[in-house]
Amino acid sequence: MRVVVQEGDFDVGAELQALRQGDPRIGALASFVGLVRDVNDGSGVTEMTLEHYPGMTEKALTAIVDEAARRWAILDALVIHRVGRLLPTEQIVLVAVAGGHRGEVFAACEFIIDYLKTRAPFWKRELGSSGARWVDARQADDQAAERWRD
Amino acid sequence: MKILYFAGLRERLGVGCEELELPAGVSDVAGLLAFLSARGGQWAALATVRNLRYAVNQEMARPDSPLAAGDEVAFFPPVTGG
Repeated sequence: MRVVVQEGDFDVGAELQALRQGDPRIGALASFVGLVRDVNDGSGVTEMTLEHYPGMTEKALTAIVDEAARRWAILDALVIHRVGRLLPTEQIVLVAVAGGHRGEVFAACEFIIDYLKTRAPFWKRELGSSGARWVDARQADDQAAERWRD
Repeated sequence: MKILYFAGLRERLGVGCEELELPAGVSDVAGLLAFLSARGGQWAALATVRNLRYAVNQEMARPDSPLAAGDEVAFFPPVTGG
């Protein structure tokens, strides 16, 4: 299990290859990639800055991945989340989960991104035609996370 | 103790981090919040801001989470990563 917070981009192919490398028990690999869009709530977005809480971010991500491993029989998982200045079409986050079968890796991958969006201390600030604004949390994200409550 | 503010709250307060002694009579997050907002000026916003979130020693916390000298406390808006 690995969590990484970094400014630089990541290579999805290389990361997935590394995650499954050398473990013949892995029969399924699910991944999610979040990207910067050029529009949000009907307003144009020209760039985004991601702020986070160093120290707590890594702890929160580790706790989320550990919880996924407790709930499903997965073999490995990876979260890479970028911070700093990002432009539309750039990659923000990668969640990847490896396991024996598709059921648990699909579920664990979705669980991790849903919990990340409501529990990991990141904040998006968007710059667009109407100036800069901090992105509001979305109720739909809370509802998505709520589905996984024990 | 160390107190941190993030994102829109940090901008609104004009402060990202401050150090202070655990105030006398303050034993939990709600008490600290009341103490901080009572300083007036921009700090009054801490009492009225909606959906404020808290962390104590880098773990999500609640208004009744206990505080001790030397704790790291953070205040911030709902998170928006991913």
